Amino acid sequence: MSSEAQVVQDAVAPVAMPEEKSMSIIVTKGSLDWAYPPFILATTAAAMGLPVTMFFTFYGLPLLLKKLDLQVTAAGNPAMKMPMMGMHMGLPNLLTAVPGVDAACSVMMKNLIKKKGVASIEDLRDMAVEAEVTMIGCQMTMDLFEYDKEDMIDGIEIGGAATYIDVASNAHINLFI
Amino acid sequence: MADHTLDAKGLNCPLPILKARKALKEVPAGGILEILATDPGSVADFEAFCRQTGNELVEHSVDDDVYRFLIKHNAA
Repeated sequence: MSSEAQVVQDAVAPVAMPEEKSMSIIVTKGSLDWAYPPFILATTAAAMGLPVTMFFTFYGLPLLLKKLDLQVTAAGNPAMKMPMMGMHMGLPNLLTAVPGVDAACSVMMKNLIKKKGVASIEDLRDMAVEAEVTMIGCQMTMDLFEYDKEDMIDGIEIGGAATYIDVASNAHINLFI
Repeated sequence: MADHTLDAKGLNCPLPILKARKALKEVPAGGILEILATDPGSVADFEAFCRQTGNELVEHSVDDDVYRFLIKHNAA
């Protein structure tokens, strides 16, 4: 084999995955409903012994704010149907634009969450912190939407795309949510 | 008999698993953790949890909509 061919082969040789399994999640959405999958999966993976890294970018970034006030909207989401009086009720899109409807939907969802023994996002986030899940806030998003690190919970890291890729290239599970 | 019992009744995914992980830390190596849960999804989840963590699901049963799991604390 020529040395050039060897160089090419080396370059495309698969990188050995580390023995220890780990997981990374890109968190891009910050509404009440979309906040659940990343925090549920992060806390569960951590409980199962996997080191976990969460990278918060765009609308996911506010999930790192000290005080959370998460809302849900039925706008553009015809699949959102709530159990009500033995049926499942959705909202016509036009109604979702009425002031107060989003707030009412959010209250309903939070009541349902409590009633069904589902953890709040605040609790799940505390458990993620306790389980030493690494949380990285996206620097570009912080600049873009004018957030300071002081606005965020303690213990987070700040980084960019390269920081995430460095983590993800060694992780067995990489999710974009 | 179990060394420690975790009552996870009324809790939904992923809380029974998260609380079990914590409770296992209170159980000495080789000891048994008993978990009571009402989440039907917890059956598959505790099997998966044990497969991944190396702890042993000694038995599980269901009685009157309450699931009972016995997990032997193997992992360090």
